[in-house]
Order: sequence, then structure tokens, then C-alpha cells
Amino acid sequence: MSTAEAAQQVTDAVNPVGQHAVAHRGERPAEPLIFEKHTPGVAGVDLPALDVPEAALPDALVGDAPDLPEVGQLDVVRHYTHLAHRNFSVDDHFYPLGSCTMKYNPKINEAAAAMPGVAHLHPLADDVDAQGALKLLHEVQSYLGEVAGLDAVSIQPCAGAHGEWTALKVIRAYFNDPEGGNAPQRRTVLAPDTAHGTNFASCTMCGAGVVQIKSKDGMVDMDALRAAVNDETAALMITNPNTAGLFDGQIMEIAEILHDAGALLYLDGANMNAILGVARPGDFGVDVMHYNTHKTFSTPHGCGGPGAGPIAVRDFLAPYLPVPEVTKTGDTYALSWDKPKSIGKVRSFVGQIGVLVRAWTYIRACGPDGLKNVSETAVLNANYLAAKLRDRYTTPYFDPAAKRFCAHEFITVPRALLDKGIALVDIAKRMIDYGVHPPTMHWPVHDCLMIEPTETESLSTLNKFVSVMLRIADEIDAGSGDVPAAPQHADVARMDEVGAARTPVLTHPKG
Amino acid sequence: MSAPSECRYLDSHEWHRPEGNVVTIGITRYAVDELTDVTYVELPSVGADVSAGESMGEIESVKATSDIYPGVSGKIIEINEALADNPGLLNDDPFGTGWLVKIEMSDASQLDKLMDADAYEKKYPSS
Repeated sequence: MSTAEAAQQVTDAVNPVGQHAVAHRGERPAEPLIFEKHTPGVAGVDLPALDVPEAALPDALVGDAPDLPEVGQLDVVRHYTHLAHRNFSVDDHFYPLGSCTMKYNPKINEAAAAMPGVAHLHPLADDVDAQGALKLLHEVQSYLGEVAGLDAVSIQPCAGAHGEWTALKVIRAYFNDPEGGNAPQRRTVLAPDTAHGTNFASCTMCGAGVVQIKSKDGMVDMDALRAAVNDETAALMITNPNTAGLFDGQIMEIAEILHDAGALLYLDGANMNAILGVARPGDFGVDVMHYNTHKTFSTPHGCGGPGAGPIAVRDFLAPYLPVPEVTKTGDTYALSWDKPKSIGKVRSFVGQIGVLVRAWTYIRACGPDGLKNVSETAVLNANYLAAKLRDRYTTPYFDPAAKRFCAHEFITVPRALLDKGIALVDIAKRMIDYGVHPPTMHWPVHDCLMIEPTETESLSTLNKFVSVMLRIADEIDAGSGDVPAAPQHADVARMDEVGAARTPVLTHPKG
Repeated sequence: MSAPSECRYLDSHEWHRPEGNVVTIGITRYAVDELTDVTYVELPSVGADVSAGESMGEIESVKATSDIYPGVSGKIIEINEALADNPGLLNDDPFGTGWLVKIEMSDASQLDKLMDADAYEKKYPSS
């Protein structure tokens, strides 16, 4: 049996839907760029003859047309269909991309979002004509508040990072308010060195200085935190469970340090998938947090949108939340603008309704017990994989004998394998040959793989993944050339990442 | 031995080459090998005050982004402008043309706390 056949056999075994993970290289032709399909004079649609008087365009709209390719409608459809066939998605493969929570999104979410009452709702419809949608949004606010253990929710922010920025604006408005926090000098935000890059970016966008807090054994270094907190501290932004996949058990003490100093505790809710129905951030001292609905509540992951990053806050921060809010009086729902201390509007209309409908559907379909089961299973799956792999793939923070477990994800630094002259990227690329999406790499620590199976994977899929990883370890031990040469089953192998970063080519001529 | 003997070193892999009251800072071959191909370098502005142990910039590679820490406090008097167009200088010549910044030290005795080349080489042997 050739190596390619052997790999294919494992690929077939691993892939739960029985399709080949990816074509053998060269099996299908490279798809040209849409710009290379340009034929002068070809159009996607024929417009009808002008049957109204011609009017001059406003000056602002006159100029050179964008230099777009001219391609027939069917050719455009085929182009994007070809590309879609090459997509690697959780709907056809295991996708343990740590930190991203690539869970399966139930299709009922799509059915709900496509209902005409939602999909065709005009964003400027009068409240009286949109009672159903407003009721749904009001329920989203209330569910997210309940899961957080916090008092008020804004559904406007349209991404996790947008939620961070909105929450920071709310914190600033609170401290600037003489009747509120009354401490305008509090303009520094603390963040652990394992924080998501967006935390630092959001602070900078908000005009806040950021001070990094060092970690110790993957957790916040309490001495460093105590030394950093002072009367200019506005908040600590913490991700818990953190980016190393660990629940920081010091969180109550951390909250106390912040609160004693007059500062607030902000939770980056990126890893809420690990604690739904198990722990409420409000109960462990959090004053303000954001959700990433695409991670926690099974809405689409979309490379920047459309998304939703709702925020939840304690009652004393509620007056500063964005307007409009969805309110309920008796049985009537309305968009309320009556909030004099609000930071204003942060998104057109009331937010990304289509995404929030999906989150609502997921929450309702799971119910309270179901949501708890989501987190328990996500954590169980991650611990199961860590336990199965740790003999070959060292887990610096996971050690059952020492009662050190992980939350919904874990990191491995496979030092023994790397010492055989293999690069981390070789292992990742070899996973593609076996039909598995490579995990997050080199973050939050060097030379690590961050593996997050999520709750939606079956025991059978997890076991197949373990067999793939052990097989790759065996290949490395045997000095197999297949690992450094991977992937052999993808249309393209190794991109010129250095060239792309140093000398990017961002335009392409037509034809 | 690849770590120059006239330099002082940090565990975060910055080298410090003193000349009078001015110190030139870069990152070591060991650090560059860990980072692999550098794609972007963010340096502080000339005139900026920096403090020992506090991040003053970032190095981005195809593999990771790392902070740059000075081992001494002082004022930035020069930065390596060539890195903006050619970050690969760091890979080609980390102890030479790939230098990062020059700092006018406020307290040159801070250098004494840093590792010498022997200690650094022993702790982080270059391949």
C-alpha cells in the first residue's frame, strides 16, 4: 500500500461523512481568479431599454467606474461554486481550531432566521408593526442577562471586539459621570499577557492606556496584579476560562482586588462556551462583559461579520448603555431612546437582528438544562482529548494526577516531536492530509497547538482524531518524509507567507 | 560562540551593546530562529521615554508576535529605519544591520543586572 493510499484510508476513517477530505494534488485544475475570466463586453445581466427621461447624475457619483472584470452570469455562478466546493468547513470536517469554538451550527437556526417575519422586516418599521421581532429581541436581552447573572444587556454591538469597545465606552461614561463613578482619571485598563489582541486594540481605540499583567503557570500573577492596580485603573479585562484553556480559580480574589481599588472587572466572554449554566460571571464578580454569539450561541462565523457581540452589565452601568433599547411595557414592546446618559448609538438600527434570531433559536432549542449540557460536554471532550494525547503531545497545564484539568480547550507543546527536527507547521499541515483542520498555532505560547473539539463532536470523531494525531507522532518517530512534505492531499501545499506579508500584491490586472 | 561578548542580554532575548552612555538594542540569533521569518517591526518613536522591562515595540513573524523589552531605561535617540522596508534584516544579521533602537541611558548601572554573553549562551545555546 502506498503512503498516499494509507493516508487516504485514515482520511476515510476519520471523515464522519465519508467524503475524501480534499482532492489529491493536481486531481482538479486550479481555479483561475475571477479577474482572469474577464472577457470585454460580456455582462451578467441585460438591462432593459431606458423608458424614462434621462437625468444627469449628481456630481459626487460621476467618475471612473471600478475596474471590475466582465463575466457572464453562469460563469460567475460556476466560479464561486467551484470555490465553495473547496471550502473546508465544520459541516464536512472536524475543525478543532482552538479559541474559535467551531461548533456545529444547527440548521434550525437558519430556518428561523429565514422566516419572512424576520427576514423581510423593514428596519424602519414602526414598533407597532414589529411587535414579534421586538419581543424576540427583548427575550434575547433577558436570556443573555440571565446567563451572565447581570442586570442589563445591549444587543447593538455587531462583533465581539465591537462589544469590547462599546463596553469600554460605557465604563468611561460611568467614571466621567459626577453622579456615577466620578473618577475621570481612571483611564488605564489592565489585561493579562494572554489576553486576546482585540482587548488591546479596543482599549487603544477607546483612548485608554493598557498595562499588561504577567501570567504565572497560565493564571494571573496576583502579585503583579496588586502592584498594577491604582486610582487610575478603570478595569481589568480578563478572559475566563482564559486563552490557555484554564479557568482561573482566583477570579473572586481578582474581583475583590479590583473592587477594593474602585475599579471594575470586565469579562471577555470569548470562552463562555465552557461555563454556560455552570457559573455566572455576575456571581464571580464581573461588572461588565461581552458575548461572542458565534462562539457560544451557534451563529455563523463570518470573518468580520455579520456578527453580534452583545454586552451585559451591572445595574449601575445600565444608564450608559447604547440607545435604542428594546423595552416592554405591559404586553407592548418598543424601541426606547429615553436614556439621557447613554453613550449613544453604536450600530445602525438595533443591531444584527438575523444573527440574534439564530442565537435566540439556539438558546430556546437547548433550554437551561441543554445549555448546561453544552458546556459540560465541551469541557469533557477537551479533557478527554488532552488525556488521550498527552503521552505524545505534552500538555503543560494539563495533569490529571495533579488535579490540573482544562476547560473547553487545551494547549499542547509537542516538544519531543519538535526536537526530532519537525516544525509545528509540519504537524499542522499533515493533519490536513487526514481530513482535520489544523488547530490554532503558536498562541498563546510559542510552539503550541491549541485544540478545542467543542461539544458537538461525537466520541467516534474524537477517537478518530486521536488515532490521527498518534499516527502523525509515529510518522515523526519513524522519520517519515510525508510529514515535512505535507499536505499531499490539498490543491496547494505551502503558501509563501513571508512573501505575502513582506511584499503583498493586492491588485490583479483583468484578463 | 555566536552571542557577542561585548553585549548584555535579557531572558526575553534582547542584546544590549553599550558605547558610552548610549546602548544599541537588538534581538539575538536564538530569538530570530524561534520567530522564523520576520515580517513587521514596530518600534517606538525617536524621543520616546522607555522603561526597563516595559514593552517598547513588537516584532511580528509568520509564526508569532513578540514584544520588545529594553533592559535599561532612557530615551530613544535613534531607530533602525531600514527595518520598515526590509524586516528580513533581522533574520539576515540580528547582531548587526538588524539592530532595533539606540537608547540614551538614564542609569547605565542597570546594564550590570543583565546577563553577560557566557551566561546567556549557557542558558540559550544557539543551534
